[in-house]
Amino acid sequence: MKNENIIQYIYGIADNTLILGQRLSELCGHGPNLETDIALTNMALDLLGQTRSYYQYVAQLSGDEKTEDDIAFLRIERQYKNVLLVEQPNRHFGYVITRQFFYDVFHLLLLQELQDSTDETLAAIAKKGIKEVSYHQRFSSDWIKRLGDGTEESHKKAQEAVDDLWRFTDELFHMTEDDTIVMQNEIGVDTVTLKEKYYQRVREVLEEATLSVPETKWFQKGGKEGIHSEHMGYLLSDLQYMQRAYPNMKW
Amino acid sequence: MSEKEIKNPGTEATRSLEEIFDQRIARDEKIEPKDWMPEKYRKTHIRQISQHAHSEIVGMLPEGNWISRAPSMRRKVALLAKVQDEAGHGLYLYSACETLGISREELYEQLHTGKAKYSSIFNYPTTTWADMGAIGWLVDGAAIINQVPLCSTSYGPYARAMVRVCKEESFHQRQGFEIMMKLAEGTPEQKAMAQDALNRWWWPSLMMLGPTDAESVHTEQSMKWKLKRKTNDELRQQFIDQTVPQADLIGLTIPDPDLKWNEETEHYDFGEIDWDEFWQVVKGHGPCNKERLSARVNAWEEGEWVRDAAMAYSKKQTDKKLKKAI
Repeated sequence: MKNENIIQYIYGIADNTLILGQRLSELCGHGPNLETDIALTNMALDLLGQTRSYYQYVAQLSGDEKTEDDIAFLRIERQYKNVLLVEQPNRHFGYVITRQFFYDVFHLLLLQELQDSTDETLAAIAKKGIKEVSYHQRFSSDWIKRLGDGTEESHKKAQEAVDDLWRFTDELFHMTEDDTIVMQNEIGVDTVTLKEKYYQRVREVLEEATLSVPETKWFQKGGKEGIHSEHMGYLLSDLQYMQRAYPNMKW
Repeated sequence: MSEKEIKNPGTEATRSLEEIFDQRIARDEKIEPKDWMPEKYRKTHIRQISQHAHSEIVGMLPEGNWISRAPSMRRKVALLAKVQDEAGHGLYLYSACETLGISREELYEQLHTGKAKYSSIFNYPTTTWADMGAIGWLVDGAAIINQVPLCSTSYGPYARAMVRVCKEESFHQRQGFEIMMKLAEGTPEQKAMAQDALNRWWWPSLMMLGPTDAESVHTEQSMKWKLKRKTNDELRQQFIDQTVPQADLIGLTIPDPDLKWNEETEHYDFGEIDWDEFWQVVKGHGPCNKERLSARVNAWEEGEWVRDAAMAYSKKQTDKKLKKAI
């Protein structure tokens, strides 16, 4: 196993927290009320904080002059390894919460395994993240229940988001070649083993929220291999704007 | 009113409630929500505290505009945390305002219909990253000068909220100045970006301290109630005296050809402020008045079904618990 395998493995985790953090931060100042606005921003801050720890570690592993900012801002779209789910746009609050919920359940299961990684840095980042992500999962599950079992309108909107975003859930368990190598070296997590627990938890919450679990067997994937949706380019053009327009400067 | 005064109304008969109230304020006692207060005091406080709360949440928008485009991870996280602090300030201030017997919905309604004002400075656009520095340094700097005296204002809930707000604001101001400093010591493009931001934000920041004393309608009453300790012109002078040396330190030029140190007064003399511009923006004709207000109205309207869902869900849960109890 080479460092490059671990680096690619880390991108598969950290690009998710970066892109989801970016999506959530677009909402800052536009939430349905102040309390929710603050809570969503808190989650964005947690996710971006985790991203920084991962990228700083990648910078260290890559052994050249790279910084966390080069990694965050100066890769081309094909080099980002986040799942399609997290790049989906903030169409309405129902989408924001469902996207968050679908990711949080996976994220928590992942970190609970990653904390036992033989790589001490990854284990430490995971341990710290578990506290934060447990809160995220509680927040998004509670909101799924409120929206699903709230009013007729909120039920309809939540169901629409669940139906629409369901097709992106399977990719969470996709193992790339790098993932497999890193897992075999006891550094990475075998995400396939998380699948059953994941869908069980998701089902429980959706059922409590009186939402129906989609039956579709057609799933979309690509992000983990660097093939993204059309939304990704626009997200990156915002994210990378300053670094592209003013290269090689200190901020 | 103190307990003694309530128990012995006879001895105090000659003194009206209002006189007692005025004396309490003169003794620097805090007025609390359940205390008697003149209607005018209540109304003035609702107006000022809500205006302040609205400024915090409208103020999230110009800076929020750069969160997704911040130039580094460190800056992105810091800016996000800063804008979140402003939401927090809005929350304490709305809560303080609600203690005066008005609901958050009514306060929002006043903002959305244009009945309540917010600080005009937020009606200017943030066109470059350097604006994040200029806003922190100048706008938060001017806000602190306005707000520090409020930590000892007469209305208890407002004074307590302001203690926390001021602590965070002074952190924001240092953060803004640090952004500017970094730009000013950067490449020629970065320095030009910083100077351009200073040019655009300087005069609106001076206007932020309010109309000149001759034009200020609320000053006298506000001084009495300790909502104000210094006049607008005094505060403006303090801001200029404090900020000019900071600009000198980082090698940026204040865009005022008449700016000059006056040995006699030991203050800076400065050029004429364009008050026409100020009143135009206050009246709704600034570059972003429409955008700011419609962003707030949209967030509120698009959030309605979410708030309704939360209410409906919480009622269902309570009903379930009641049923179980029966």
